[in-house]
Amino acid sequence: MTPTPEDSAPAVRASGVGKTFAVTRGEVVALTGVELEVRAGEFVSLIGPSGCGKSTLLRLIADLDESSIGTLEVFGKTPRQARLDQDYGIAFQQAGLLPWRDVAANIALPLELHGVDAAGRKARVAELAELVGLTDFVDRYPDQLSGGMQQRVAIARALAERPRLLLMDEPFGALDEMTREYLQGELARIAAETGAAVVFVTHSIPEAVFLSDRVVVMSPRPGRITDVIATGFDGPRGDALRESPEYFAKVTEVREALHGAPVERANER
Amino acid sequence: MKRAAAVGWGVLGLLLVAGAWELYKAVGPVDGFTVGAVDGETGSGVMLLPRTNDRSMPHLWDMGARLFEATSGGSTPPLWITVVQAAGFTLGVAAVGWVIGVLVGLLLGLVMQRWRIAEWGILPWVVVSQTVPLIAFAPVVNAIGNQIDRGGVDWPQWASVAVIASYLAFFPVAIGALRGLGSPDAIHVDLMRSYAAGYWKTLFRLRLPAAVPHLLPALRLAAANAVVGAVVAEVSIGMRGGIGRMIIQLAGQGSSDPSAPWGPTFGAIALGLVAAGSVALLGVGLKTYRRGEATA
Repeated sequence: MTPTPEDSAPAVRASGVGKTFAVTRGEVVALTGVELEVRAGEFVSLIGPSGCGKSTLLRLIADLDESSIGTLEVFGKTPRQARLDQDYGIAFQQAGLLPWRDVAANIALPLELHGVDAAGRKARVAELAELVGLTDFVDRYPDQLSGGMQQRVAIARALAERPRLLLMDEPFGALDEMTREYLQGELARIAAETGAAVVFVTHSIPEAVFLSDRVVVMSPRPGRITDVIATGFDGPRGDALRESPEYFAKVTEVREALHGAPVERANER
Repeated sequence: MKRAAAVGWGVLGLLLVAGAWELYKAVGPVDGFTVGAVDGETGSGVMLLPRTNDRSMPHLWDMGARLFEATSGGSTPPLWITVVQAAGFTLGVAAVGWVIGVLVGLLLGLVMQRWRIAEWGILPWVVVSQTVPLIAFAPVVNAIGNQIDRGGVDWPQWASVAVIASYLAFFPVAIGALRGLGSPDAIHVDLMRSYAAGYWKTLFRLRLPAAVPHLLPALRLAAANAVVGAVVAEVSIGMRGGIGRMIIQLAGQGSSDPSAPWGPTFGAIALGLVAAGSVALLGVGLKTYRRGEATA
């Protein structure tokens, strides 16, 4: 991890954050009492069963939805200001590439929207394509790429403007296990190289443990944080880590934290 | 290979229609088949099978040959030349109608997509507008056009025809634009929001390109509608020079010259094909926007 400057505000600070959605009869509490701080450069996973509000929390940080109560700050600013300042990059479960743009033009989309000139775009796209290992594919169209390659394009696009925060909503959820493990390794490397903080939503315990500095365990009805587990792994993530006893211990710890939650899991109803 | 097969099927379809026509003419009853006819009362009863005499059903080769004879006797030019001229005129008017219809349709689609309340307010009227019979509507437009012309602003009759054509053409475009502009996935809309892209940037980078696959068929429908609208409007307001008027005129002389009205009829069909085909060419230029994203 890159050392963080003393004076920099945390990437995310949430205090008493809650979100209620109005439904036909009354309202649904999607998220309540969230206290969370993500330091600059830190990798934090949000894990929990369906309906625990992990995606909602990510959307609040991204200012795609607005919190109902509490204070939420992104780099010491309101989420809205952080969004307008392009302080974060985001990637979703679907790659969400524009099918009529080739890989280079997809990666360049945010740059183009924010007035980076053609030469600047070209240089940055080349860098990013190199970073995600797609240099030979920049002139392909999304329908010519595998799911894993599309997701790598989406990650490159999210990194285009060198954000200090990367928000990822189950980015590897739709991929096969092999591709998934490969991209986890790539993401760990990229996060370390860029020094960006990452908030990573996932269903997968091994994925959360492998990638994160801290794993935030959440529980549904109402959605809330029930546990925060620091992994304490140092250095680069690699296959050695996946086979180490510390790794298995942490996987067990997170699993117990998830199952120990006093509410039954949504997928076991 | 695929292309040749497509052409082959098309030719086969034409031959089948031609064959059915000639077959029925050969075996069908000369005076048709009528039930419930009262003796001595012409036009009574219900005709179940049409007549096959040369006046009602000319041979295809007679229709073909007629195209190369003088339009109306004497030294008038061959029929096909008159047909091409009339069809060209109608095509021009229909094209103007198409352009007006496309602009109005796009505008309506944009407004309806932008404001949900506008969709609720406008969409029912857009649908209802298409239930008004053109025959009733055309003379009104013509009358308004004449008023404008008399008021000092130059308003030729063809402009009224173009407006009527646009009335049919705007509908598929408005619906196609509404659906197409609303077609981007939620994830794409979220993404544009995360880039702090405003309405116009989102419109040009996301919504319009995403609308192309919906708009192309709408534009093609609009072209066909504009041709139908122009032909019907010509007839109902009695404008000279176009193909619709020519069909009516020659059909009036049908009893003495039964093959003649088929010339402009074929002309009208060719006109529709040319109109729809020109729009299909647009689709070739916009090919990139018709790609789909493969699922992971």
